[in-house]
Amino acid sequence: MNTRKEPLIPTVGVITDVRLDTPDIKTFRVVTPDGKKAFDHMPGQCAMLSIPGVGEAMFSITSSPTNTEYMEFSIKKCGCVTEWLHQAEVGQNITIRGPYGKPFPVDTEFAGKNLLFIAGGVALAPLRSVINYVRHYKDRYGKIDIVYGARSKEDLLQYREIIEEWSVDEGVTVHLTIDREQEGWDGHVGFVPNYVKELGFDTDKTVILCGPPIMIKFTLAGLTELGFVKDQVYTTLELKMKCAIGKCGRCNVGSKYVCKDGPVFRLDELDELPNEY
Amino acid sequence: MLKCSIDALNGVFAKIAADATLYLPTDKDGSTVYAEWSEGVELSNALNTAKSPKDFFFPQVEDLMKFKVEGKSISVDDIRSESEDFVVFGVRACDVRSFDILDRVFLVEPYDSYYASRREHGVIISMACSKPAETCFCRTFGIDCTNPGGDIAVWKTEDSVYWNANTEKGEKLLSKLGLEECSDDAVNAQKEKTEKIMSKLPLAGLTTDGFGGGKTLDLFNRPEWKSLSESCLGCGTCTFVCPTCQCYDVKDFNTGNAIIRYRCWDSCMYSDFTKMAHGNNRNSQVERFRQRFMHKLVYYPENNEGIFGCVGCGRCLAKCPISMNIVKVMKTIGGNAE
Amino acid sequence: MQKITRDVLVEKAVSLLENGSVSCVLGWKKGEFDYDITPAVFESKEELVSDFIFDDFCGANFSKYLVQKTRKVEGKILVFLKPCDTYSFNQLLTEHRFDREKVYAVGIPCEGMVDIGKIKAITGDGISSIVCGDTIKVNTIYDESFDINAKDVLLERCINCKSKKHVAYDELIGEEGEVIESNRFDEVARLEAMTPDERFAFWQNELSKCIRCNACRDVCPACTCEKCVFNNPKSGVENKAPANEFEEKMFHIIRAFHVAGRCTDCGECSRVCPQNIPLHLLNRKFIKDIDSFYGEYQAGAEVGSRAPLVNYTTEDIEPCDVFERGND
Repeated sequence: MNTRKEPLIPTVGVITDVRLDTPDIKTFRVVTPDGKKAFDHMPGQCAMLSIPGVGEAMFSITSSPTNTEYMEFSIKKCGCVTEWLHQAEVGQNITIRGPYGKPFPVDTEFAGKNLLFIAGGVALAPLRSVINYVRHYKDRYGKIDIVYGARSKEDLLQYREIIEEWSVDEGVTVHLTIDREQEGWDGHVGFVPNYVKELGFDTDKTVILCGPPIMIKFTLAGLTELGFVKDQVYTTLELKMKCAIGKCGRCNVGSKYVCKDGPVFRLDELDELPNEY
Repeated sequence: MLKCSIDALNGVFAKIAADATLYLPTDKDGSTVYAEWSEGVELSNALNTAKSPKDFFFPQVEDLMKFKVEGKSISVDDIRSESEDFVVFGVRACDVRSFDILDRVFLVEPYDSYYASRREHGVIISMACSKPAETCFCRTFGIDCTNPGGDIAVWKTEDSVYWNANTEKGEKLLSKLGLEECSDDAVNAQKEKTEKIMSKLPLAGLTTDGFGGGKTLDLFNRPEWKSLSESCLGCGTCTFVCPTCQCYDVKDFNTGNAIIRYRCWDSCMYSDFTKMAHGNNRNSQVERFRQRFMHKLVYYPENNEGIFGCVGCGRCLAKCPISMNIVKVMKTIGGNAE
Repeated sequence: MQKITRDVLVEKAVSLLENGSVSCVLGWKKGEFDYDITPAVFESKEELVSDFIFDDFCGANFSKYLVQKTRKVEGKILVFLKPCDTYSFNQLLTEHRFDREKVYAVGIPCEGMVDIGKIKAITGDGISSIVCGDTIKVNTIYDESFDINAKDVLLERCINCKSKKHVAYDELIGEEGEVIESNRFDEVARLEAMTPDERFAFWQNELSKCIRCNACRDVCPACTCEKCVFNNPKSGVENKAPANEFEEKMFHIIRAFHVAGRCTDCGECSRVCPQNIPLHLLNRKFIKDIDSFYGEYQAGAEVGSRAPLVNYTTEDIEPCDVFERGND
C-alpha cells in the first residue's frame, strides 16, 4: 500500500442544495458526507469537482471563506461535466478536491483600498467570493463599487442576493446593466464596457475584472481612458485543467501554470506572458 | 572502481535479479527495448532504446483510483500499491538527466505519490556511451555521456565491465555483487576516446544561446514558427518517445462494475490538449508546435534554475515522421541561427 | 538512384513561381543530415535554390497536405507527385477533399525510395554523409565507409511497388511508367496461411508495440475527417492510450475498417510508425479481400470511381460466403 499523500485522490462531496439562478446557471451547495465544509479556501481559489465516469473539471468557489458551513459553486451548462451536474438532484454525491490556485490578495494589496468590481455574465461567480469576503470585513476596505452586466435580467446571477443584500449595504454601490431593453427593467441598458466609461470612476480604486474576453478587452480600453493603469487591475483566468497542481501541462502559458500560479493575475503580470489565454 | 569480465556479466545480472526485478535494453524484432532480464535475455549493443525509460517511473497508462457508484452515492477506492524494488541497467547519461527533469515536476509539492513510490524503489545503473550517434547532442545541455549519473555508473569495454557507485543506494547494491577492485585506467582511456568522437559529431557546435528563462516574449512572436510547423502532422511521436515530456491526461473508464480513473501520457501537439467546452486557447498547429519547444527551451528553464527540458538524446530526430525537431528549431531561431 | 535530378525540379518550380502560374511549391526540404528531409512550402526562388531537395529519401507523400493548404493559400499550389502519390491525390479528389483548380500537379518518376532504418542497420550509428545513387555511399564519424546497393534498402512499399504510372498530373517530367505486377500480397497470404491462434499472436505482438502516437492516422491520406472519431470524447474509444488490452488492437482495426476500399496502399502508415509496426498489412488484407470478393479494384486509379464497398450490385458476394471463408 502506497501511504503517501496523493493530491489527485478526491474526497466525496454531497450536493445539499441546487438553485436555478439563470436559465443556464445553477448554484450548487456542497458539503462532506458528515455535513461539514470540505476545506477552507480564500477568495478566488478553485476546486476540482468530478462525477466519476463523466469527468473532472475546475470551478471557482463562489461562496465566501467567511461562510463556515458549506461551499457554493455557480456553474453554467456548457460541457460534459456541467451538463451532468445540471441534472443532478439534492443528495447526489460528487467528488471534490482543493483548494487550488493563488487567491485574490484580499488581505494584502486590497487592504485599505477602494474596490471596483466589474463582471459580465457567469464571471460574477469567482468575484462573488471576493465581494462577500470584503463585505464581511468592510472596515478593512474603502468604498466598494460593483458593475455587473448580463444579456437580460434573467441572466443576472445571484440577483436576489445583489438586490436584498449587496445593494442595501452601506458603502457598497451596485450598478447593474443588461444588454437590451426589457419589459419590467427600469435599470441601465447597455454593455458593461460602455457603462464603466459612463460611470466615469475615479482612479483611486483597485479593479477586479472578470468576464468574457471581448468584454475584458473593451473594458480595459475604457479603464485606460479613465486613467487606470495595469497594476491596478486584477483578473482571473480560465483554461483547460486536469491535475490542478501544475503537473499535467494543460494550463501552461509561458512559464506559468494557471492552476497554481493563477488563476488570479494582475494585468501587468499578464503582459509578461504570451497572449495565449 | 570495480570490475567484472564481459563473460561474467550474466552472472552479475543474476545476482541483481535475485533481489529485485532487473530491466535492461535488449533487441527485439529489430528494435531495442527495455525488457525484464532472465537467463537468456541479452544486453543490447545498441546506443539506446527506441522509447525512453521514463515508463519506469511515469508509465504511459496507469490506474490512479477506483470509484464505486450506487444510486446517488459514490465511494472512492485508493488502489495505490507500493512499488516493488527494481533495477534498471544500461541507462544512458541523457536519460539519467531526464529523471532529474521529471523529478522537478513530480517531486515538488504537492508530490506525485505514484511517481515517488517508483522513484524510491528504483535503482538506476547507468552506462557510459562509447559510440554516440550523429543524432546525439547531449553536450549542448552540459551532459557528459562518458560520465553518466544514476546510482551506479557502468563502463563497458571490449572485455570488461567497470562499475562505480554514485549514491548510497548504489553502494549498497554494488557491495552485494562480489566484483573485484581495479584501477580506472581502462575507463579513462575509453572516456578520452569518446570525448574525441563527441567533438566530431555533426551537432557538436549546437548551443543553447538565445534560449532560457526570460526569453519568452523575444522568441514567442518569431515569424519562423510558421514555417517550422508548416508540415507538422500534429501526431504525438516526438512527445511519446521523449524522455522529458511529462504532460498527462486524466480519464475515467467504466469497467461495468466500477469506474477507474487512470492517467495517460498526453501531447501538447494534439488538437484537443487545451480544448475546453467553450473554446481552445491554442487553435492552430503552429501554436501547439511552438508550445512544445518554448516549454523545453524557455519555460522549463525559467522555472528550474536554467536547466533545459531537453537532454539531447536524439530520439525525436530519429522518429519524427516529417523530420522536424528541436535541433531544427534551435538552429532556426535563437543563437544558432545562420 | 533517382533519374530526375533535383535541379530539374527546382528549375521547373522557379519558372512556374516566377511566371505567376503558382504561388507556392510543396516540396522536400533538406535537413540536418543527408537523410532527414521535411515536407515544406517554398515561396521564393531563393528558398528553392538553397533548400529544395529530391533524392532517395523523399518518401513523403504530399497529397494529404493539399486538403489544408488549398484552403489557406491564395492562388495555385505546385505539388510534385511520385506515381504512388498520384493515387492518393485521385482518391482525395474522389472524396471532394480539395479543389483541383487550386493545384498544379507535376508528376515525377520514382525509382523507389530508401529506408534510413535499413541503412542504419548496416552502417550502425554515426552517419556523417550519404551520397545517393544506385550504390549508396555512406560515411560515418567512425571513419568507416559503406557501399550499399540501393535496391537492398528500399522502403517496404517500394520493394512491392504497385505502379510506376502517374494516374494524375497537369504536367509530367520524364517518361510515363506502367502499372507493375507486384508481390505485395505475398505477406498477406503468409498471414492467411497461419492458424487463427498464430495470426492472433502475430498481431498481438505487433500491436502491443503501439504507443498511440497517432502518426499513422495523422499521415494517412485516407484519414482526412475534419474530426476523427478517436478525438471525440463521446466515442468511448481513447485517442491517446489504450484503456485496456482490447483497445490496443481496436484502434488499428477500426482505422483499417474506416479506410477499407479507400486506402490506395501508399504505405505512409508503416513508413512513419516509430515502432516499426507493419500496419500496411492490415490495409492490404482488405485490398486483397475486396479484389477477390468484388473483382480487382485499385483505389485512386481514377477520379470518381465508385468503390465496391459503396456500390451494391446483385453480383456482390453473399455475407454467408464471407462468413464461410472465415471458418477456413
